[in-house]
Amino acid sequence: MKNNILWRIIVAAIVIGIGAIYALPSFLAEDNALRNVLPDKEINLGLDLQGGINLTLGVDMETSYKNSLNQLGEQIRSELRDDEVLILRPRAINKEKLQFVLLKSSQKQKLEDYINKYYNKQLKITRVEDLKKDQLRYTLAYTSSYKEKIKDMTIDQVLKVVRNRINQFGVNQPDIRKLQNDRIQVQLPGLENAKRAIELVKRTALLELQLVNDEADLEKARDGVVPPGSELAYMYESGAQGDKKGEPIVLKKRTLMTGEHISDANVAYGRYNNPYVSLTFDPIGARKFERLTGKYQGKRMAIVLDDKVYSAPTIQEKIRGGKASITGQFKLQEARDLAIVLRAGSLPAPVEILQERSVGASLGKLSIQQGVRSMVVGGILILLFTIIYYGIGGVIVDTLLGFNLLLILGVLAGFGATLTLPGIAGIILLIGTAVDASVLIFERIREEFRRGMSARKAVDEGFSKSTLTIVDANVTTIIAAIILYQFGTGPIRGFAVTLAIGIVASMFTAIFVSRIFFDLWLQRNKPGTALKL
Amino acid sequence: MGLQIIKPDTKIDFMGKRKLGLFVSGLIILLGIGFIIVQGGLKLGIDFAGGVNIQISTQKDVQVSSLKNSLDTANLPQIRVQRFGRDQNNGYLLRIPETGTSPEKLRSSVKQTLESNLEMPFQINRLEMVGPKVGSDLKSKALQALFYAVLLISIYISGRFEQKWVTAGFMAICLVTGIYLLDLLAVPLIILILGALVITLGLCWYLQLNYALGAVVALIHDVLITACIFTFLGKGFDLTTVAALLTIIGYSLNDTIVIFDRIRENLSGKHHSTLQETINNSVNQTLSRTLITSLTTLIMVLSLCILGGGVIHDFAIALLIGVLSGTYSSIFIASPLLLGIGPSPEKEEESQEMAEA
Repeated sequence: MKNNILWRIIVAAIVIGIGAIYALPSFLAEDNALRNVLPDKEINLGLDLQGGINLTLGVDMETSYKNSLNQLGEQIRSELRDDEVLILRPRAINKEKLQFVLLKSSQKQKLEDYINKYYNKQLKITRVEDLKKDQLRYTLAYTSSYKEKIKDMTIDQVLKVVRNRINQFGVNQPDIRKLQNDRIQVQLPGLENAKRAIELVKRTALLELQLVNDEADLEKARDGVVPPGSELAYMYESGAQGDKKGEPIVLKKRTLMTGEHISDANVAYGRYNNPYVSLTFDPIGARKFERLTGKYQGKRMAIVLDDKVYSAPTIQEKIRGGKASITGQFKLQEARDLAIVLRAGSLPAPVEILQERSVGASLGKLSIQQGVRSMVVGGILILLFTIIYYGIGGVIVDTLLGFNLLLILGVLAGFGATLTLPGIAGIILLIGTAVDASVLIFERIREEFRRGMSARKAVDEGFSKSTLTIVDANVTTIIAAIILYQFGTGPIRGFAVTLAIGIVASMFTAIFVSRIFFDLWLQRNKPGTALKL
Repeated sequence: MGLQIIKPDTKIDFMGKRKLGLFVSGLIILLGIGFIIVQGGLKLGIDFAGGVNIQISTQKDVQVSSLKNSLDTANLPQIRVQRFGRDQNNGYLLRIPETGTSPEKLRSSVKQTLESNLEMPFQINRLEMVGPKVGSDLKSKALQALFYAVLLISIYISGRFEQKWVTAGFMAICLVTGIYLLDLLAVPLIILILGALVITLGLCWYLQLNYALGAVVALIHDVLITACIFTFLGKGFDLTTVAALLTIIGYSLNDTIVIFDRIRENLSGKHHSTLQETINNSVNQTLSRTLITSLTTLIMVLSLCILGGGVIHDFAIALLIGVLSGTYSSIFIASPLLLGIGPSPEKEEESQEMAEA
């Protein structure tokens, strides 16, 4: 019996000791010497406690499907042109269908053979219509596997680009991950300038070079009459109130080149110390740029980023070496962010901010203070109550409560779980309910004792009869916690985790640890002593 | 001996007063549901309805009306301004319903308007934006969570209390099939959940899983009472409210199970008493534990309510109502229901035989 108790004390001491060792570092100052000995894991604070931004981005897959259909169409057209098969107007008609017109119906077999041979993984022909003048209109649809592949590729690419941009922006420990339903979660801890970070993340950053249609009549264009193949756009001007529409300009619709081949982008300063962005193209881009500037020498070329025209300089000469610059009326910070997004690459599809939750660092601190304060005040009341109600037994209950807290904090730290504001509320609630397991046992012992049992028998009966009840009653709360974890979002998950850990800890202390106290007491006192409980 | 709130030989006739209990609960729930219907449904918070909440704090105290006036030029006609947290923090919550305007625009327009109209420094402490897509997703997730909680818990109780794991499993299969069929018919989620509850209760009744029936009715009671009082206080339903509801479900069951456990124990003992007496005795025997546990829990929840700050306040209020209702329902709802329908047929006969003997 004595041996048995010794073993139980050792097990309890080890468990609680490990809890304490892991719980401690979260409360030590950065330079405390103890930190060298203790584990370096600390309790992670959720964004609602340390401040920061939590974004849910939705990727616009429809646009991505359309874009890649248009690309496929262009590709097929140019490949078939080499085989002297001419097709007209390839374009996406919705998110999964591509349409084009075959000029000569006699080439039907050749075209279909080609598509079935080289594009059978991506597309299938769903409809062929006879048009006038010996033409055929084809409708093709994505194969489902290819659609899935595009989706995966797009989301991965968005993830990569966003990660890249955030890293260059300089945020400590950002967390960027895929969610279900084409969504991405971005968590940026401790960031005060929410607006700038968000604009950086959601910017598509599609750079396009387009020719300016100088022959077009601006007045007419403003009234909605734009020459075919051209479009009306506005020069970009940054103002105090954000972006502004500047002077109108008519552009030719065809994009000559995109930012796909940019290898580097940096802020540089012009003659009057005005910031601009200097671009460097990779070798393919440099060759393309050289050819373009040679071909359109003397014309104006517009630099368009996300449908905003930044500048439209006249091409003076053929530009070699793959260097270009975007000038405009920038503030320095704007130029910097522009350089970041150009360097990190463009998003393959537009993203939309579906959800944003940002908390300032000072509110987070206040929440922690208020949480701790209600924990302390409530805790003291519980201490008083239990001691008044159970006497010495109350001291046991309170010691167990202390162990409970150590275990909860230790497990949170040891597993790197995140403590959120609802999590703190969970701990507070648990202090109230953790007493329950002890109460069940104590009340039972009192009851058995009143029935005239000896102290030892009453303790035995009390523990054995309440253990099953305690387990039964707590399993349901654990079920609730698991469900909360499964369906909840960030802060709620923190609550679920604390709840589950706390329940297990309270069962351990009430059933296992408190039994040790009782057995020690029984050993020390002669059988027959009254049980002060 | 320490203190005793409840004397050991206490014999309050709870079962005799069960009709009063059922009447009071019924009345509160009916009034509450009536109120909710008059209001045009549950008031949904930002998580489910979507929209933007901006929490600000000012250096000095401002009247809500003057704060609202200074926001006039921002051209946000639907904005609602209310105090947030206790007065000394000078916290205010600006609530803007879902309009499709990007939160960044709202943030800067609120900021600029206040900067030019409010003659003191202020701070934006918190901004939450939930778009319509996410809002409806969260809504269905929350309902699913409540549904699975009820399902899993009724299975656990049936299995655990009546050793009817097979029957409980059968019930789960019926329920999942039923939900799948309803889902095929594309009925709205709320109907789906109600359907699931009706199926659960019906199956519990039909399969004579009486402990589960009593417990599930009690926890539906607690969720309803909390929802009614919450709406009555003019508070909106949020994710945190749902989390509170699930916690309440856990707590209420905890209480119920302790009493049920005692009923089961007393029924298997050699007591020569009627079912009503047995249930009444069991409630009385566990009464002191029931009250102490609710008391300690209430102490903590109250201190969270008073000292915990604005962000967690609604959560604490929901818990407060739930703990009170959970304690009440295990005595006045769950246990009397067991009497109405009998714990389970064999045992009832047994105890009656004993009573006759």
